[in-house]
Amino acid sequence: MAARTTIDGNEAAAWVAYRASEVIAIYPITPASPMGELSDAWSAAGVPNAWGAVPQVIEMQSEGGAAGAVHGALQAGALATTFTSSQGLLLMLPNMFKIAGELTPAVIHVAARAIATHALSIFGDHSDVMAARSTGFALLCSSSVQEAQDFALVAHAATLEGRVPFLHFFDGFRTSHELNTVDRLDEDDLRALLDEALVTAHRSRSLSPDHPVLRGTAQNPDVFFQAREAANPYYDALPGIVQRQLDALAARTGRRYRLFDYTGAPDAERVIVMMGSGSTAAAEAVETLVAAGEKVGLLTVRLYRPFAADAFVAALPATVEKVAVLDRCKEPGSLGEPLFQDVITALAERGGAMPFVSGGRYGLASKEFTPAMAQAVLAGLADPEPRRRFTVGIVDDVSHLSLPVDPSLTTEPDDVVRAVFYGLGADGTVGANKNSIAIIGEHSGGHAQGYFFYDSKKSGSVTVSHLRFGPRPIGSSYLIESAGFVACHQFGLLEKIAVLDVAAEGATFLLNAPYGPDDVWEHLPAAVQEQIVAKRLRLFVVDATRVAQEAGMGRRVNTVLQTCFFALSGVLPLDEAILAIKEAIRRTYGKRGQVVLDRNEAAVDSALDGLAEVSVPEGVLSVAATVPVFESSDLVARTTATMLAGRGDTLPVSALPVDGTFPVGTAKLEKRSIAEEIPIWDPSICIDCAKCAIVCPHAAIRMKVFPSEALEGAPEGFVAKDWRDRHLPGMKMTIQVAPDDCTGCGICVDTCPAHAKEAVGHRSINLEPKRDHLEVERERFDFFLSIPEIDRTLIEPATVKGSQMLEPLFEFSGACEGCGETPYLKLLTQLLGDRMIVANATGCSSIYGGNLPTTPWTANRDGRGPAWSNSLFEDNAEFGLGMRLALDAQEKQARELAAGLAPDLAASLAAADGHTEAGIVEQRRLVAELRERIAPIGSPEARRLAVLADTLVRKSVWIVGGDGWAYDIGFGGLDHVLASGRNVNVLVLDTEVYSNTGGQASKATPRGAVAKFAAGGKQTGKKDLGLLATSYGNVYVAHIALGADNPQTVKALAEADAWNGPSLVIAYSHCIAHGIDMVKGMRQQKLAVDTGYWPLWRYDPGHAGPGEHPFQLDSRKAKLPLTDFTANEARFSMLRRSRPEEAERLGVLAQHDVDERQLVYEQLAEIEHEHDEPGDRVTTEEEP
Amino acid sequence: MSPDLRSTYLGLQLKSPLIASASPLTGNLEMLRALEAAGAAAVVLPSLFEEQIEHDETTVDLVLERGAQSFGEALTYFPEMDDYNTGPESYVEHVAAAKKALSIPVIASINGVTPGGWIRYAELLQQAGADAIELNVYAVETDPYASAASVEDRTLRLVSKVHGALSVPLAVKVGPYYTAFANTASRLAESGAAGLVLFNRFLQPDLDLETMTVKPEMHLSGNEEMRLPLRWIAILRGRVPVSLAATSGVQSTDDVIKLLLAGADAVMLASALLRHGPELLRELTDGLSAWLAEREYTSVEQLKGSMSQESCGDPRAFERSHYVRAIVDYQMHGRGME
Repeated sequence: MAARTTIDGNEAAAWVAYRASEVIAIYPITPASPMGELSDAWSAAGVPNAWGAVPQVIEMQSEGGAAGAVHGALQAGALATTFTSSQGLLLMLPNMFKIAGELTPAVIHVAARAIATHALSIFGDHSDVMAARSTGFALLCSSSVQEAQDFALVAHAATLEGRVPFLHFFDGFRTSHELNTVDRLDEDDLRALLDEALVTAHRSRSLSPDHPVLRGTAQNPDVFFQAREAANPYYDALPGIVQRQLDALAARTGRRYRLFDYTGAPDAERVIVMMGSGSTAAAEAVETLVAAGEKVGLLTVRLYRPFAADAFVAALPATVEKVAVLDRCKEPGSLGEPLFQDVITALAERGGAMPFVSGGRYGLASKEFTPAMAQAVLAGLADPEPRRRFTVGIVDDVSHLSLPVDPSLTTEPDDVVRAVFYGLGADGTVGANKNSIAIIGEHSGGHAQGYFFYDSKKSGSVTVSHLRFGPRPIGSSYLIESAGFVACHQFGLLEKIAVLDVAAEGATFLLNAPYGPDDVWEHLPAAVQEQIVAKRLRLFVVDATRVAQEAGMGRRVNTVLQTCFFALSGVLPLDEAILAIKEAIRRTYGKRGQVVLDRNEAAVDSALDGLAEVSVPEGVLSVAATVPVFESSDLVARTTATMLAGRGDTLPVSALPVDGTFPVGTAKLEKRSIAEEIPIWDPSICIDCAKCAIVCPHAAIRMKVFPSEALEGAPEGFVAKDWRDRHLPGMKMTIQVAPDDCTGCGICVDTCPAHAKEAVGHRSINLEPKRDHLEVERERFDFFLSIPEIDRTLIEPATVKGSQMLEPLFEFSGACEGCGETPYLKLLTQLLGDRMIVANATGCSSIYGGNLPTTPWTANRDGRGPAWSNSLFEDNAEFGLGMRLALDAQEKQARELAAGLAPDLAASLAAADGHTEAGIVEQRRLVAELRERIAPIGSPEARRLAVLADTLVRKSVWIVGGDGWAYDIGFGGLDHVLASGRNVNVLVLDTEVYSNTGGQASKATPRGAVAKFAAGGKQTGKKDLGLLATSYGNVYVAHIALGADNPQTVKALAEADAWNGPSLVIAYSHCIAHGIDMVKGMRQQKLAVDTGYWPLWRYDPGHAGPGEHPFQLDSRKAKLPLTDFTANEARFSMLRRSRPEEAERLGVLAQHDVDERQLVYEQLAEIEHEHDEPGDRVTTEEEP
Repeated sequence: MSPDLRSTYLGLQLKSPLIASASPLTGNLEMLRALEAAGAAAVVLPSLFEEQIEHDETTVDLVLERGAQSFGEALTYFPEMDDYNTGPESYVEHVAAAKKALSIPVIASINGVTPGGWIRYAELLQQAGADAIELNVYAVETDPYASAASVEDRTLRLVSKVHGALSVPLAVKVGPYYTAFANTASRLAESGAAGLVLFNRFLQPDLDLETMTVKPEMHLSGNEEMRLPLRWIAILRGRVPVSLAATSGVQSTDDVIKLLLAGADAVMLASALLRHGPELLRELTDGLSAWLAEREYTSVEQLKGSMSQESCGDPRAFERSHYVRAIVDYQMHGRGME
C-alpha cells in the first residue's frame, strides 16, 4: 500500500514536478511560491530526480524570464518546468505560444489565482488559466490535493507522449494551501509513467551543434497558415493519450479518473458542469440530493484543453434536460464564460435535442462555494424558466443575477470531526494545527484536512484554522460552517469576532482566558454568553498564556491549547496524543535545540493542569441579531464598516464601487489596539529632537508644536512643554502616542537619546503597560488631533525637527511591528503629502498601503493628500512616468490657457517658486484667484482651464516599490524611466529580499545572506543600483538609511523632490525577513552604515558645474568590521550555523566587497567637474 | 642531561607543566597545532557556555517563528534548512577535531547554568573525546537572599553530579571570592574534583561615559594577578588531595618557576599567549629547563611544592604577615614616588 501523508497541494504537485525535471526556472508569486521554494531547497540539499540527477533550479528576474529560460532549456533538450500563478502566468504567455507552437513537451504548474482588475487579489479562481487557453497548451485541472499530485504526473507523462505542453492547475489557496491526507506516489510510479524512450525522443529533437537544425524561423504568408495547421493531429490525439496515462496511473494506484468524471443519478435530468475544487462541494450536494430522490448529477472536467467533445457528451447521462455550467472566472462582455461556451458548442454539435444550458459564475477570488450553493444552482435549473446567466455565492442587487441560496443544506457526515480555531499569527495556532493534522493523519489511520484563513495584516494578524478529521477522504472544499469544537486562543478576540457563530449545538468551546472557571463567565461579552447558553455549549477554560509564559514560550500558546484540544476532542487516546504531540514537536523544532524542545514539552506537560470546565448558568437567553443595519449610503459607513466587522461577505453588489475606487484615510477607523505596551512620554527630560516621531513605523508617535492658546480646553493632565527654538518663540510642544494604533514595537524607545540623570535606563519615552494608560491616552490623543497643525511656511520642513512638526498623511498601516519601510513613506507624506501622487509597485507596500478594508494613506483637513495607486509589479516605473506625463500635459495646457485668459496671474504663477512652502501657498492662492477670475467668462477655454487649473500647483510624482521590483522584475522599465529625464522620483524600499512573498532572494540580496531561492547563501554581491543610475549623469541619486542618519534621509528626499529631473532614492529598510530583533531595527541600520555595508551618499547632478563635486559620500569610512553588522542578523548567521566554511568564505568576499566599494566611492567623491556642459548633464525635460 | 619537565595533572601525564588555557587561540584548529608545536603540554578549549547556547537556540527559534504562519503570502521568511546547529554541535565538533589533530591531552571546558545542562554537555564533550573536563564555575551571585552556604552547596552538588556522570577526570575552575576557600577547596575535592584551576577572572564591565552604556570588556591579565593563585596554591599544596593548576597573570619563566615552587602541577597561559603568540611556550619551556639545570634540579617533580606552605619553614608567612608587609611596602613605595 502506498505511503500516506498529509501535505498541501503545492507540495503534492512540486514533489512530482521536481522529480520529473532537469531544469526548473522559478520566480516568487503567491500562492505558487512554495512550489519554487521546495524545489530550490531540494536542489540545495541534493535531492535527485526520478533518473538520479539533481535538477538545476534557477531564480529568474520575472515570470517572463522564467518562461524564457524554460523555453531555452526545452530547446536544448532538457526536461523543464516552472510554477506560477495569476500575473506571472500572463507574463509567461508569449513563451507559452512559442513552446506549444514548437510542439515541445513541458509542464507549467499553476496555483490558479485571480488576475488583478479593479483590484489585486491573491486568492483563487480561474481567470489566469483561462487567459492562457489560446496558447496551445493543454489545460489539466486538479480539484484536490490528491489530484494535484496525481495529475502532475499525468501531465508530465502525457506531454512526453503527446508533445503538446501542459498547464496543470489547481485552485490557489483552496487546494495549493490546503493540507490533506494523500496516498503518495513513489519513484517507481514516476519511472513507470515517464517513458524514458520518450525522453530520448525529446532529446533527439533538441538543438545541438552535433546535429544542427533551425527552429524559430520567420514565415511569410505563403506557409505560416499551413504550418499552423500541421500540428492538428497532435491535438486530436491528446485526449486519448491523457486517458491512457490516467489509466496507467489507475493500474498502479487504483485511483481511477476520466477526462470528464460524472457522479450522481444515472438518469439525471439536471446536471452541473464545472472544474476545480468547487466540484467536491458540488459532489456532496449531488450525493445528498440523489439520496433524497432528486435526479441530479455533476460532471467534473479534468482535461479542459483540448476539449474532448466526444468524451464530454459520452460522460453526460442521456436523460439530461438542463445543464448549469459553472465558471470560476469572469469575461466581461462575452456571451458567456469559456467553459459554458465550450459546453454549448459540444452539445450543439452533438445533434439531437439540445438541453437547456445556463452559465453561472461562482467563487471569484476564493469566494466560498458550498454544497448549499450547488444545491441553489440545481434548484435554479428546476425552475420552469431557469435563468440563462447567473451568479451564485453573492447578493447581486444591481444586475439581479445572483441565485438565492438556502444555507440550511448541510452535507457534512456525523463521523467527521470538525474543529475551528481562532488565534493570532504570533501565537502559533496555525503551526500547531498543522502538526495536529499530521498527527491525526498518521495515528488515526483516517483522513485529515486543514485549511487556514489569514487576514491581510502583517502585525497582529488574526488566523482561523478549519480542521476536519474523518474515516474517509475529505473533499469538502469549503470552510466549516458547523463545528463540534471551537477554540478561541486569544481572549481579546471575543470582542472582535463572533467566534461562536460556527459552533454547532452542544459543541465544545475551549477558551484561553486569564480567568478561572469560577470567574470567567462574568468577563465574557454578552453575545458570547448568549450563544453559549442558546447552543448549550460546553465551556472549558485554561490560562494558556500563563502556562506558556511559565514554560518560557512567551506568547506562543499553541502547544498548550493543542494539548487541551486533544484532551477534549477525543480524536485520539490522550496518552497517545501527548506522545504524538511531543514527537511532532521534536520533528518541527528538533533542529532548534534542546532548550526549545524542553520549553515546548514543558508547555505540553503543564497544559492540562489548568484546564477546567465552566458550569454554564441555566436558562436560555435571547440571542440578539447582529445583522448590520446601515442608514447611510456613504461608502465608508456602509462598505468599509461592514468589512471591518468581518461581514464583508454579506455586502451586496450595490455596496461596492464599480471601478475599485475607495476613499482614503480609513486605517484610523480600525483601532486595532494590538499593543501590550505603549510608549509614554516624560517631558521633563525631552530634548525636542523629534527622533521618536521620525522613526515610528506606524505614525503612532506624533509631535506637534503650537501656541499655548491651543491648550485651551485640553483634558486634565494633557502634557506639553516649552518648545526650545528661537525661530518659534513661546511655542509649546507635545509628543503624543496614538494608543489604539501603536503596535508596541518599541523602536521609538530604543531610539530616544534622552536619558534621565538619575536612572540611565529611563528615557524621555518609555514602554508601559497599555492597560494602565489607555483611557487617559485616548482622551489625550483625541485632543492632540484637534490642535491646529503648524503653519508650514514658518518652519523648515526639510529638517528632522521641521518634518516632524508636520502632519503625516500615511498612518496606522498593517505593516509588521517595527517595519523598516513605512517610516520613509510617512516622512515623505509629511514633506510633500498634500501635493504628491504615488505609483506603488506590488509588494509589501501595496499590501499595507492598499489592502482592504482600509488604507493608511490619508488626507489633511483641506482634503488634500497623497493620491495612490498600484498597477502591477513589473510596470511601476512606467506607471509613474505616465502620471508625470499626464500632469505635464495638463499643466502645459493650463499654462497656455492661463496666459491667454489671465496673463498677469499666469506670470505670477510662473514666478512663484514651487520648491518652497511659501511658493506652494502662493501658487494655491493664485490658482484660487484664477478660478474666480475665469468663472464668469464661460468660454470653452475658461471651462477647460477651470478643470486643469490645479495642475499649476507644483506636484511631486513618486514611484515607490521594493527591491524585487526595482532590481529585478521592473529594472528594465526603471532604467528607461530614469533615462527619460522626466521629473519623477523613485523611492526604493530596499529590504534586500522579496519580503511580501516570504523572503526570496533578489539581486539586492547581499553576498552570504541566506534567503529562499538562495538557501545555500547568496553567491554573488548585491547590484549597485544607485551607481548604475549615476551613469546617466542627470539622475539625482541618494543612498539613505534613516536609522543611521536622520538629517541625511530628510535632506535626500527633499532634494529628490526639488531636482527637476529623475531622482532615485534607495532606502535601507530593515525587515522581518532579515531575522533581527525588530526593536533594534534602527540600530541595525546604523551598524549597516558604520560597518560600510550601506554607505550613505548623494549624487546631485545640480552640483556638476565647474569645480563642483556631484558625488558626495555622507558616511565615514567603516570603523567596524562587517561581521559586527552581520552577526546580528539571522540571514547571515544561519549560514554560519548550517555551512560554516561557506559562511566564512562568503564573509571574506563580502568584507572585500565593502572595502572595494568604499575605495571606489572615495574616488568618486574626489571627482571634480571641469567643464560645464549645458544641456547635457542637466535634465532633458522640456523647459516649461 | 636536561631536567625532566614532566608533570602529572588530573592524572594525565604531561610533557611539561605548561598548558594553553581557554582563549580564542584554543578555539582555532591551526592555532592549536601551533601551540602543540611550540610546546604546550595540553590545551584547554574555550568554554562551552550553556547560557550562550540557550540564548542562541532561543534567538534562532524566535527569529524563525517571527511572522511565520501569520500572513497568507508569506508563511515563513526563511528557507527550510534541515542542517544547521544552534546548540553544542559546533563545540563538540571542535573537541573531536582538536583531539584528532593533536597528540597532547585536550581538556574541554563547560560553563553551565542548569544542572541538566552541565551534565548533558559534560557527557557530550566526553563522548567527543575530551581527555578531561574543566567545569568553569563562573556565576555572579546577585541575589541578596542567596546565602554563601547555599551557593557553595549548589556548586558542590553540581560537581558531584557531573563527576558521577563522567569517566574522565574533572577539574573545577573557580573564582577566589570564597570566605573560607581552603575549606571550599577540600569540599570540592571530596565532591569529585580531581583538580582545581585557580582562579577564574570575572568580567568586570566598564561604563562608557560617551554613550552612557555598560561596556562589557575583558582585559588581558597582568603579572600582578599571579599573586593570588601563587598564594593559594602554596596554601593548598599537600593539604587538599587534588591537582592544582595556576592561571592568571603568568608572563615569564620566573612566574612559572614561582608557581611550581608554590606547588602547581600545571601552569596555564592565555593572556601572555595572546600577547606574544604560541612561540612564548618554547621560550618558557627552554627557560624552565635552563633554570632547573643551572640549579641542578633533575625534574619538575623535585621542584614542585618545595616552597608551599606545608614545605615552608614558616607556614604563617603565606597568611597574615605577608599581607601586612605588602601593604606597608606599597605605602612606603608610594610615598617615595611623590
